[in-house]
Amino acid sequence: MTKWLETHLPKMVLAPSFIAVLVFVYGFIAWTAWVSLTRSRLLPKYEIDGFIQYDRLFASPRWDTAMNNLFIFGALFIIIAMVMGLLLAILLDQKIRTEGVIRTIYLYPMALSMIVTGTAWKWILNPGLGIEATVKSWGFESFTFDWLVNPDFAIYTVVIAAVWQSSGFVMALFLAGLRSVDDEIIKAAQVDGIPTWRIYSAIIIPSMGPIFMSAFIVLAHLAIKSFDLVIALTGGGPGYATDLPATYMYAMAFSRGDIGQAASSAMIMMLVVFAIVVPYLYSELRAKND
Amino acid sequence: MKRTAFAAVSALAFMASNVAVAEPQAEVLHWWTSGGEAKSVAVLQEEFAANGGTWTDMPVAGGGGDAAMTALRARVLSGNAPTAVQLKGPAIQEWYEEGVLADISSVAEANGWADVLPESIANHMKCEGTWCAAPVNVHRIDWIWANADVLEANGITMPTSWDEFNAAAEKLQAAGVIPLAHGGQAWQDATVFEAVALGILGPDGFKKAFVDLDPETLTSDGMVAVFDQMRKMRGYVDDNFSGRDWNLATAMVMNGEAAFQIMGDWAKGEFLAAGKKPGEDFLCQSTPGDGFLYNVDSFAMFNVDGDDKKAGQDLLAELIVGQNFQKVFNLNKGSIPARVDVALDEFDSCAHTSSEDMNASSANGSLLPSYAHGMALRGAQAGAITDVVTAHFNSDMSSADAVQMLADAVANSM
Repeated sequence: MTKWLETHLPKMVLAPSFIAVLVFVYGFIAWTAWVSLTRSRLLPKYEIDGFIQYDRLFASPRWDTAMNNLFIFGALFIIIAMVMGLLLAILLDQKIRTEGVIRTIYLYPMALSMIVTGTAWKWILNPGLGIEATVKSWGFESFTFDWLVNPDFAIYTVVIAAVWQSSGFVMALFLAGLRSVDDEIIKAAQVDGIPTWRIYSAIIIPSMGPIFMSAFIVLAHLAIKSFDLVIALTGGGPGYATDLPATYMYAMAFSRGDIGQAASSAMIMMLVVFAIVVPYLYSELRAKND
Repeated sequence: MKRTAFAAVSALAFMASNVAVAEPQAEVLHWWTSGGEAKSVAVLQEEFAANGGTWTDMPVAGGGGDAAMTALRARVLSGNAPTAVQLKGPAIQEWYEEGVLADISSVAEANGWADVLPESIANHMKCEGTWCAAPVNVHRIDWIWANADVLEANGITMPTSWDEFNAAAEKLQAAGVIPLAHGGQAWQDATVFEAVALGILGPDGFKKAFVDLDPETLTSDGMVAVFDQMRKMRGYVDDNFSGRDWNLATAMVMNGEAAFQIMGDWAKGEFLAAGKKPGEDFLCQSTPGDGFLYNVDSFAMFNVDGDDKKAGQDLLAELIVGQNFQKVFNLNKGSIPARVDVALDEFDSCAHTSSEDMNASSANGSLLPSYAHGMALRGAQAGAITDVVTAHFNSDMSSADAVQMLADAVANSM
């Protein structure tokens, strides 16, 4: 009996969460895939009707905008947040006296909800209230900074707010990475008279590969699922210039009673996530098997 | 006087409800949760209780009803629909097609709804010939509001054509006043757009374009002219309009920063709440052109089990369309009663204009549903049009491109 328990207890303990994940994650992914092939409007219907929803999706200029925005936002957000985070981490790594305080200050935005970040930046970037109005009041009458209300630039304001929110977190990740590099190697390099920037670029950063990968994965999924930031900052506007796939899906499912269309956009979003995650998992698994 | 009227109506309603054996029960899903609206719903609750009913309130705030619709979907899918739900326009018929709406024809016929409601509004309350919803109010959308002092100081009268409006706007701009107070949210862009479209296309053209979705009208020269006018309107708006809420735009008119606003008559509530007087401090007039665009709030009745709930449903329907509730509710909300036989003595001059215009336009067939407020089209089609309108308004797209995009978007939304 004890023997039997010993072999089966772990399985029994894991079973409920396994079943829950199976049903609530994979089950509903399958359900969404099914619904995306139907003509569901207000309530889900289950008669399959081919790829009509995907045809509609790809014919929609709003979806084009949303996907373009995702790539612009995702690329800029990930790159800038990583560069900023690395830079801050390296500067903090110079054994400065108030490191603890500064680290907390930079990390703090992460504790805010995206809604708060979005609302604060909405006011800062609003031409009539924020930066533009302030600089104008100093006497620079021709100064304009109207990205928030300019459809061609509004998506970049989302990048600014998101980078502000996340770069502190990336900094913390990189700082941990920098500290984990073997001190002996760095000391040896210093003894050899190698300049500090060379130590970073040739020794420390290359040895932080896994940290870069983790930071990238965290930032990438933040970018793809961003929703609250856009809602708070621009409401998807001006027009639908800052729509992202997640806000598109929300509008279709909850405002327009077009569930089939929402399901098809959700499936495409999932494929985008797969396109990023699967190569990562593949490389991880292969590394382990070797 | 008010009290006796209330008592009389209650007594009448009570006698009618005595017919029902079971004690009336109603669970009501709505999203009237803000100040004046909540007060208006409380009136209905009291009346319902005074007639022996038990009211279960189910307010779901947020998202202009999106949250309430999500709650409704969950309730219906689990087979436990509320008794009555705040629904409007073609959404009523959409839910009917899902097979979940009840038939309240007996109440409607007993109370002669067909005689007291304008025909086009009554049609929204019917599902394939049977009555399935009860109208609460009529909001007019095609209003233009103005600051009386600003107009006087600049020697401008209320415009009666879009050319006059443009001339007035240019004069105001030269004088350093923002001609049009506007909030850059998609539904507000759509509100201005439909007022312009009604003026330029005329009631027939509007109906063909936004009720029948006639492709020829959607791509006609008239529609190009509508977008041309929208481009001009964009020039009359200040640079800071993106994302502004409608009530902040109304405040700009109130304090003289801006001269005009095009908005439904809930804007009147803001003026009145600030102690402004219609005709003296602010002016109301229909936007240039003929016709009347309405937004009618209503309660749709869902299929429920049990005599007590059915009795509650019937009583509720009767009270909603009753004279007392129609009067008190609409005084609070700024709209006008849906039934035409309610005395308007206590209403202001804007409401009188609205009521007269409604009766006149009902007679000549120009009483039309608002597309921007979900009265004319289903969500997917209305949303597709709004996408184009707001994309055009917020960019430098040409009118010809916008018209083409409009036709494509409508076709793609089917």
